[in-house]
Amino acid sequence: MRRERVVVAMSGGVDSSVAAARLVAAGCEVIGISLRLAADGEGSCCSLDDFHDARAVAEHLGFPHYVFDAREAFAARVVTPFVADYLAGRTPNPCARCNQHVKFDLLWQRARELGATRLATGHYARIAADPASGRPMLRAAADPAKDQSYFLFALDAQALARTVFPVGDLTKAEVRRAAAALGLAVAQKPESMEVCFVPGGDAAGFVAREAPPGGLRPGILVDEDGRVLGRHAGIHRFTIGQRRGLGGGVGARRYVHAIDAASGTVTVGAAPPGAAGVVAREVTWGAQGPPPPGAAVGVRLRHRQPLVPAHVLVADAAELRLAFDGPGPVVTPGQAAVVYRGDIVLGGGWIAGALPADGREAARAAP
Amino acid sequence: MRVYLDHNAGAPLRGPVRDAMLGVLAGPPANPSSAHREGARARRLVEEARAEVAALIGAAPAEIVFTSGATEANNLALRGVRAGTHIVTTAIEHASVLATARARGPVTEVGVDPEGRVAAADVLAACTPEVGLVSVGLANGEVGSVAPVGAIAAGLAGRGILLHTDAAQAAGRLPVDVRSLGVDLLSLSAHKLGGPAGVGALWVRRGVALVPQLTGGPQERGRRAGTENVAAIVGFGVAARLAREELEQAAAHMAALTEALLAGLRARVPDLVPNGPQVGPRLPNTLNVRFPGCSGESLLVLLDLAGIAVSLGSACAAGAPEPSHVLRAMGRPPEEARSGLRLSVGPETTAAEIAYAVEVIARTVAEVRARVAA
Repeated sequence: MRRERVVVAMSGGVDSSVAAARLVAAGCEVIGISLRLAADGEGSCCSLDDFHDARAVAEHLGFPHYVFDAREAFAARVVTPFVADYLAGRTPNPCARCNQHVKFDLLWQRARELGATRLATGHYARIAADPASGRPMLRAAADPAKDQSYFLFALDAQALARTVFPVGDLTKAEVRRAAAALGLAVAQKPESMEVCFVPGGDAAGFVAREAPPGGLRPGILVDEDGRVLGRHAGIHRFTIGQRRGLGGGVGARRYVHAIDAASGTVTVGAAPPGAAGVVAREVTWGAQGPPPPGAAVGVRLRHRQPLVPAHVLVADAAELRLAFDGPGPVVTPGQAAVVYRGDIVLGGGWIAGALPADGREAARAAP
Repeated sequence: MRVYLDHNAGAPLRGPVRDAMLGVLAGPPANPSSAHREGARARRLVEEARAEVAALIGAAPAEIVFTSGATEANNLALRGVRAGTHIVTTAIEHASVLATARARGPVTEVGVDPEGRVAAADVLAACTPEVGLVSVGLANGEVGSVAPVGAIAAGLAGRGILLHTDAAQAAGRLPVDVRSLGVDLLSLSAHKLGGPAGVGALWVRRGVALVPQLTGGPQERGRRAGTENVAAIVGFGVAARLAREELEQAAAHMAALTEALLAGLRARVPDLVPNGPQVGPRLPNTLNVRFPGCSGESLLVLLDLAGIAVSLGSACAAGAPEPSHVLRAMGRPPEEARSGLRLSVGPETTAAEIAYAVEVIARTVAEVRARVAA
């Protein structure tokens, strides 16, 4: 019988290398593919060295490896929206966008053409079967410190059915040990934490360089009472809840509360800008479907932040509205709101805003 | 079974080439500049090879400058003559010409027709008074078109403009004679001919002033410093001799193979689009085809897994296929420009290999189309 053909997305790092190795050990016919996302030498990933690392792993483990050019799709679906988000006063999450539109869409199309039945990545997340329907559900990784399920919320049951996360049940330490045991040269390779296409982690500088002519929105900094505190070079330099780098005239312990793209006005306040709830759009729901109104859930509003207890107000095909149960957390438009029940990802969407109406009052009252 | 259909990227080393190179490598130390007998032997080997390379293109041996390959030869030609003048080249040149021309100074890149052909009149029309150098590749390695270099030379006669041609893809496949072409500089590569990679040559017509780009030694008559790679040069010489002796027969053989390849694919695959000239002069060994509905990248991978080595034209250093600048210049949209499959045969490719390749390619295209439709 012919072995199952699986395409492994390989970054040249230790996680995707061990993912490939585990599939080889499981008897799959593995094809490794690295995506060229930016021009050589830009940013910290997809450098030639990373491709060579991936190829060396493939040679070592005895499976073929290729590099595909995804620069056009990456520019159109990830980089351009990244810049546009910042210029519109939002704080984008390019990794989740890349997963949604490049890795699990474009690369899956290619994998399907190659006759693969599944696409594997080195993400730390798990796929479980919904006891009721048997359909696959996204589940947090076994290693909570490494869990990347937040970035993967846009994978619906159909996408999950053709996806495999071979290292999702391992800790990072276990992955490194597995790589060392296999003799992989990448076993101790440091991981990249920055946005891969932004050199030196300087997102503001990147946006300023990539912005269309006249696209930057300089303006004024005001306090909650409308008093002008100073001027700034562009709203792309700010994110909701930001405390550092607000400029000399603003003084210590002020937080960004609001960014108005039309006027370029950035409003700061003395307390963190807690919200009463969150509104998200472009939603994706998992195998269990949207939770009913009133359901108690946990929501993650940014990668690596703890789950926030909340209740569902609206959850349908178009929109997600949640009311937070406790003190209001920071809600950042452009990030994802991902809904969990325990360690199961129910679904999520892209944050459009904090819950309106009394949101501002709630923010003031928050400690 | 593996069938190698990527001779335009690099041809397999011919047997007699390997034997000659092994003889050099197994022999005494070989620095042709040394005064002792070992040095004298090395000098003799290099000069014998130089005569063979010169004979391939109808040149005098003293006009041959050995380089590390056609890329260096193109760099030496473009950077080493007429510094400060404008250059005219074409949009379908190899990157070692295009990138070097752009780095050198003002450049005009003449376009091509939808079949990848350069018109002599377009090149001549671009030759304004500031132009000191024209560089037009003799044959295009991606789509097989052949440029009217002789007509360009005739049009430039008496105008004081030098003419360079990159003949790396033409040599061994088409007759190449520097005198009848009327050019001033011509680049060659050994590994497209069945010689080793890492050696090539620039032919410089006697009397053309060339500024060396590598300095610090008297080698190559002061035109390219650095101890000669004797084994590689000897291999180049043997490959050049074989190419010259076998040209007529090899060109006919390769033309028959590419014809059979195209006819076989046409018979087996509905909806096939050839890129490049369908009539008139063309490289006998090169076929470029697109299979609508199939991404070039997926086809390349599946064919590689099935034992057929092909390419998508140009690739980055990591091997990622890029949209072909040649197909773009021919007016193809980006998606089509990244899906042109280049199949290039060599003198030792067999009819049985071509029949097998037709079989595998037809089956693979059908598989991919079925998966996309599913």
